[in-house]
Amino acid sequence: MADKVLMKGNEAIAEAAIIAGCRHYFGYPITPQTEVAAYMAKKMPKIGGVFLQAESEIAAINMVYGVSSAGKRVMTSSASPGISLKGEGLSYLAGSDLPALVVNVQRGGPGLGGIQPSQSDYFQATKGGGHGDYHLIVLTPSSVQEMADLTSLAFDLADKYRMPSMLLADGTMGQMMEPVVLPEDTVDPETIPATKPWATTGTQMKRAHNIVNSLYLKPDELEKTNYERFERYAKLEKEECRWEEYLMDDAEVCVVSVGITARVAKNAIVAARKEGIKVGMIRPITLYPFPKEPLAKAASKVKSFLTVELNMGQMNEDVKLAINCSKPVNMCNRVGGMIPSADEVLAAIRKEAK
Amino acid sequence: MTYETIMAGFGGQGLLFSGKVLAHAALIENKELSWLPSYGPEMRGGTCNCSVIVSDEPVGSPIIAHPNVLMVMNEPSLDKFEDTVAPGGTIFVDSALIGRKVRRTDVEVVYIPATQMAKDMEALSLANMIILGAIVEKLRCVNPDTIETALRETISARKASLLDLNLKAVAAGRAFIRG
Amino acid sequence: MAIVFQKPKALTDAVLHYCPGCTHGIVHRLVAEAIDELGIEGRTIGIAPVGCSVMAYDYFRCDMIEASHGRAPAVATGVKRSMPDNIVFTYQGDGDLASIGLCETVSTACRGENITIIFINNAIYGMTGGQMAPTSLIGQVTQTSPYGRDPKTQGMPIRICELLASLDAPAYLERVAVNSVAHVRQAKKAILKAFKNQVEGKGFSLVEVVSTCPTNWGLTPDKACQFVEEKMIPFYPLGCYKDRTAEEAK
Repeated sequence: MADKVLMKGNEAIAEAAIIAGCRHYFGYPITPQTEVAAYMAKKMPKIGGVFLQAESEIAAINMVYGVSSAGKRVMTSSASPGISLKGEGLSYLAGSDLPALVVNVQRGGPGLGGIQPSQSDYFQATKGGGHGDYHLIVLTPSSVQEMADLTSLAFDLADKYRMPSMLLADGTMGQMMEPVVLPEDTVDPETIPATKPWATTGTQMKRAHNIVNSLYLKPDELEKTNYERFERYAKLEKEECRWEEYLMDDAEVCVVSVGITARVAKNAIVAARKEGIKVGMIRPITLYPFPKEPLAKAASKVKSFLTVELNMGQMNEDVKLAINCSKPVNMCNRVGGMIPSADEVLAAIRKEAK
Repeated sequence: MTYETIMAGFGGQGLLFSGKVLAHAALIENKELSWLPSYGPEMRGGTCNCSVIVSDEPVGSPIIAHPNVLMVMNEPSLDKFEDTVAPGGTIFVDSALIGRKVRRTDVEVVYIPATQMAKDMEALSLANMIILGAIVEKLRCVNPDTIETALRETISARKASLLDLNLKAVAAGRAFIRG
Repeated sequence: MAIVFQKPKALTDAVLHYCPGCTHGIVHRLVAEAIDELGIEGRTIGIAPVGCSVMAYDYFRCDMIEASHGRAPAVATGVKRSMPDNIVFTYQGDGDLASIGLCETVSTACRGENITIIFINNAIYGMTGGQMAPTSLIGQVTQTSPYGRDPKTQGMPIRICELLASLDAPAYLERVAVNSVAHVRQAKKAILKAFKNQVEGKGFSLVEVVSTCPTNWGLTPDKACQFVEEKMIPFYPLGCYKDRTAEEAK
């Protein structure tokens, strides 16, 4: 097994991306994700890669669009306000069926908000962000190890399903250091374009021209592309859902949480178990596709659900949908960069157990 | 055993770095750990802290609500964190910078004039490493000798010339505890 | 029988959707001729804008990418940086390049990206039906300047070549027109040079083509060409605004 190294979450993303064969990074400075850019700025020139500080987040996502069109693995990273600027680009990537990795290390909002950790871009990531009917693959890490692992997965899934993927982390995940074992399977970036016959790499006068495009002025054609895309989404939903279950076997209360709050909730669950409260947790790892099945299954056994999140109840809605509102879905939340303490979560769990 | 350490003071005192060295030492010893900084717009002079958890068990939340080790290098930090320390915990106070005494009676307190000691060693910026030496000597959360290895591996090439001084500072902190 | 005239190979057989008298067709042809003459079709990637020429991806035979509004230079940067040996050009109108995408235009020029930009300046938004462009002339009547462009409230037109000429990085900036045979000949030379520069690794080249929009100007094609001569060119003087390649050759 490879050695454990100590890294910040943001650095783990960058290194894992390089291992995954990404040699193109475009970004614009914004807290709390700037370490990704700093790491890439240092590393890319040494390995024949491209680091470019773009003039704006808008330019960055469009540079990503260009490289992805050329069939190569490419990424950008930003934090909440910057992701809003990338919204149009995300829609174009989705509409042109282009794979890419976009990292959002979330901070409190709305507006300029703050720079402390948040999960309040959940809706933006899973429901929209840009215009039109589309999805991003949304992966959400809960440790520095997952920052690395999910980065690799994000590239693989993006290529497999020809769609952009987003690593949706909260600021804590980006800033904290933990031991991490980096992925061992190094991807040779030169092998990637050959797997993408649709890429605009130049015809070499040997084939008809490839066009990367999201414009379809004939409504029936546009409708067809939408249906085809959603067939892919259906396959994604069926095959790529990921989640972690923790002490769910005999649970009567099901906590649902991601990222830093899942870590806090784990501490609270350990404490609650000591008090004899039968509580467990389902931690989604993919937010799109959302792990509806395990939640629906849990709904037949537990008395109630408790989402622990850093927003005003965004994932809460998806849990309600997943279980068809068959059980109460309550919430323990803090916003604006505040994080609930384990004691606060424990108190909320006790309330559920009553 | 789980050591939940908060190191707090002004930005520029090297608190994030001493936390990193402790975390790195834990990594070398193959312990479970997490390191979480406060981050903000202030680069120098503002309040600053980091949370380091070193444990034999996997780390749950990296956020520390009740530290059992507190290292403070300014009075606002002592004011902020004193009441959060778990009963039976240990507080390390830079007594050269903090005039008041710890009010809690259910914790152990080590007063160490680290900033004065650092000044005397002509290494003013290394008071953090003196206290780190004291922490590991007293609590053995990691083997104190591992700190030396961790320092060698952590100090950036740009500051390599400062390695010896850092090692001396750690040694001074350890000697202070041994008395 | 000897062929004395034919369509450039770098153009597809698709029928252009442009209005009668519009000069997009001429400029498409000049771009295609440059691609043919340099023998670069197989390694060329074109970036289409949003605007009248949005469907340029159907007209050029090389690989094509359709960019979001104004971002073609950023997309081109990504393509060129990932495939430095390929030839990358953007084809953009005045709304795309000089208004919504001005930041990308200036920044890409500033970085001296080794790409070619063909900039169509016809002083109006054509595709959306004739609104005021950043390059609309003072007093020009459009759908959104119905009383004529008033500098007091709608500002002055922007001269892109002059603006970019103040930067150090661009290699070649030239303004041409296609309203007369003589001007078309000059335009052809400029466009060829802008592509040749890229092939030779000389850096950022932009050719601004003062063009017509008979439909939205409300003029016949020949009157539109006259408008270019009498109104546009006096405000947008033709000529070379920067040629570092010439300076280097000295």
